[in-house]
Amino acid sequence: RFTSRPQFTNCPTMIVMVGLPARGKTYISKKLTRYLNWIGVPTQVFNLGQYRREVVQTYKNYEFFRPDNEEAMKIRRSCASNALKDIANYFTKEQGQVAVFDATNTTRERRGAIISFAKEKGYKVFFIESVCDDPEIIEANIMQVKLSSPDYENYDKEEALVDFLKRIDCYKMSYVPLDEEKDRHLSFIKIFNVGSRYLVNRVQDHIQSRIVYYLMNIHVTPRSIYLSRHGESELNLLGRIGGDTGLSSQGQKYAKALAEFIRGQSIKDLKVWTSHMKRTIQTAEALGVPYEQWKALNEIDAGVCEEMTYEEIQATHPEEFALRDQDKYRYRYPKGESYEDLVHRLEPVIMELERQENVLVICHQAVMRCLLAYFLDKSADDLPYLKCPLHTVLKLTPLAYGCKVESFYLNIQAVNTHRDRPTNVNVARKPEEALQTVPEHL
Amino acid sequence: MNATEDSTEQSGNSLTRELTQNPLKKIWVPSSTNGLPDRHISQRKVCMTNCPTLIVTVGLPARGKTYISKKLTRYLNWIDVPTKEFNVGQYRRECVKIYKSFEFFRPDNEEGLKIRKQCALAALNDVRQFLTDEGGQVAVFDATNTTRERRETILRFAEQNGFKVFFVESVCEDPDVIAENIVQVKLGSPDYTHCNTEEAVADFMKRIKCYENSYQPLDEELDRDLSFIKIIDVGRRYLVNRVQDHIQSRIVYYLMNIHITPRSIYLCRHGESDLNIKGRIGGDSGLSARGKEFAKSLGQFIQSQNIHDLKVWTSQMKRTIQTAEAVGVPYEQWKALNEIDAGVCEELTYEEIQQRYPLEFALRDQDKYRYRYPKGESYEDLVQRLEPVIMELERQENVLVICHQAVMRCLLAYFLDKTAEELPYLKCPLHTVLKLTPMAYGCKVESVCLNVDAVNTHRDRPSNIDVSRLPEEALLTVPDHH
Repeated sequence: RFTSRPQFTNCPTMIVMVGLPARGKTYISKKLTRYLNWIGVPTQVFNLGQYRREVVQTYKNYEFFRPDNEEAMKIRRSCASNALKDIANYFTKEQGQVAVFDATNTTRERRGAIISFAKEKGYKVFFIESVCDDPEIIEANIMQVKLSSPDYENYDKEEALVDFLKRIDCYKMSYVPLDEEKDRHLSFIKIFNVGSRYLVNRVQDHIQSRIVYYLMNIHVTPRSIYLSRHGESELNLLGRIGGDTGLSSQGQKYAKALAEFIRGQSIKDLKVWTSHMKRTIQTAEALGVPYEQWKALNEIDAGVCEEMTYEEIQATHPEEFALRDQDKYRYRYPKGESYEDLVHRLEPVIMELERQENVLVICHQAVMRCLLAYFLDKSADDLPYLKCPLHTVLKLTPLAYGCKVESFYLNIQAVNTHRDRPTNVNVARKPEEALQTVPEHL
Repeated sequence: MNATEDSTEQSGNSLTRELTQNPLKKIWVPSSTNGLPDRHISQRKVCMTNCPTLIVTVGLPARGKTYISKKLTRYLNWIDVPTKEFNVGQYRRECVKIYKSFEFFRPDNEEGLKIRKQCALAALNDVRQFLTDEGGQVAVFDATNTTRERRETILRFAEQNGFKVFFVESVCEDPDVIAENIVQVKLGSPDYTHCNTEEAVADFMKRIKCYENSYQPLDEELDRDLSFIKIIDVGRRYLVNRVQDHIQSRIVYYLMNIHITPRSIYLCRHGESDLNIKGRIGGDSGLSARGKEFAKSLGQFIQSQNIHDLKVWTSQMKRTIQTAEAVGVPYEQWKALNEIDAGVCEELTYEEIQQRYPLEFALRDQDKYRYRYPKGESYEDLVQRLEPVIMELERQENVLVICHQAVMRCLLAYFLDKTAEELPYLKCPLHTVLKLTPMAYGCKVESVCLNVDAVNTHRDRPSNIDVSRLPEEALLTVPDHH
């Protein structure tokens, strides 16, 4: 009768990639999928290349992709057909909402077949085309992600590059880009030269509008994102959650160590963000550089449990405590928030992080878990249990299709604030069972 | 171990500054040694841009440039980006008191051209003043700007002054859309007060013709180094080039979500709640008997309006959901529509707030928009929280939003272009539905009172807002309750 979240769309959506090889289609597919899943829209990538690799166990050379290779054409068509079947299955049997069909889809004929398929099933279609003519960008793409592909395991670098360029040529002759006029009834975005220009046509609904906004904010300029919690706080020492206290003496030491670490990294044009809470701001103060305060980065609101210890929560709200262990992601504190609420609140932060280059985010445990889950593609089940200890900086650097993570423990002692899921999550459990995994505190 | 000790151990380190909490907004700021807050750090929620932005509209007459300028200005001001529009047509009307005919706009009318150029420069001068001296962040330069030459002049001006430039071009060849524009906003223009409809339309069409020959639209190739969005056929298609920063990205997102399909937005509060009757703020109580009656009347009212494809939105609080239930159609719950969080004052009466937190109570009266309840929110926070709701309202067509007093004030302020000072005092009584219908450059408001009695929950600003005031002075304007 009612929905607990605003409706993103009222029917499944197929996102169809279009473009020559090495134009970033898979990069965009994976990144977009990661983003959509993080904001709660079940999404999956269907990469045609993978289907082909399963059928044709060993890749010989570019000749497979020659337009006159009838045998290969048959195989490739059958792979496409299987991918579409799996997409239908994902929507009907697995409650998927968005499927990203990652393939070249460079001919009007192929796109026509996909549109018919979608129409028949009642799916919406949104095309994402990546157009790029800069040979440097294309070569960089090939070096970053193609050379390590299973296709080129037995090639050396130069041979792989040569073969791949010939592969691209196979597609070029029959490539019909999306056209402003001829395709004016389709919904699509055309991305030119890695985002310097966009052509957007007929956005149909909310999810497509969000997708366009996201695509227009991402970039590929190399940079790093540093995530850290505030230094140890006075409430941390007492094992109390939430609140708005200042740093303990160890926390102050960490702030100074962080400043030294940041200086040592020699980061160009670093932006520093904190929450509105005293402990993150005190930490940032030690850096001696300007910082921006974001209310959206405030720690999760524990409502009636603010400033309690886990022991006190178990004593005063044992049922709540158990419910939280049963579904830590969706559980909302009475008069407080859930991790799910947090993700929603952090979405503008993620969007701005995508726009920015080098950023240091000084935040809180639950907040850091949400941000980390976005960058490392963690599920809603894993998210609330990600390890984000105090006094440790995580350096995230985008690499190929994912993110490299470097962890720096700055050697300043701090309490452990990580509480694992206990074995017994039943409401009827004994207090000792509930408190089994509570970390030590004063 | 204190800060002084630490700093002497490491050479070259500055003393860790003490933090004080700003009493109004509850924001932690470093205080200098004299204990006063330091303005060194940026306290804005997010840095929109690091220098002022000049938005320049481009397009033939009757392409919606002024509509877009005004709407965008309203949106930017609502999200706290000081913005102002500069309409060159208005400067021209001040200069040339009486408009005779389209001949003024003929490309061979030298006198006319001179005046029009002067007006553009006068407007740019005012732009400079707004952005440099008056704390403005965005100026919208609303004119045809159809020649590359004119745009070059503007670009040079912006460069000299350190402004970023973002062009918004509207291209439309649909004769129906253009005709409708003319009817909606041109016929009522001061230029045509002395013409009848046919004459006005004929003259205006000739006016458009004067621009057509010299019109050089923004070009993908020739203008590839400029930042712009080309809006084609009222949003069917967009071409976006070189978005430079956060504010331009937000502007593009906004422009891509608005539409001009006729529709109405209905705003109302939940029915009277049990806490309302007791004069208590916040909380999550259910409807009173009268509140339930209102919910039924609301259902009947909505039915009678025969609204096409109505969407109904509520908050996640019991009282709005109970109200929606009576309407009998599917509804969506938005946490973002929850009432303002009064923090430590939740569920208190104003009398109790005065008794326990007289300082807070006075601070709130001093600056109701920016004041943040301890462990709670401010109206300023609310607006930020509601921005995605506004964005989705722009995308949607007919919507009924069942919300709360402070929330409704924020939404209303957006639609009716109210300032931050007016917003927290907008009158949003219980059991009254506001029907907002976009019209010309603004919004028509129809207020429908559903004739079910309810308490008044509106507290005006009292005359004495000083911290040292007497309790009676503070409670002067509190509405009656049990």
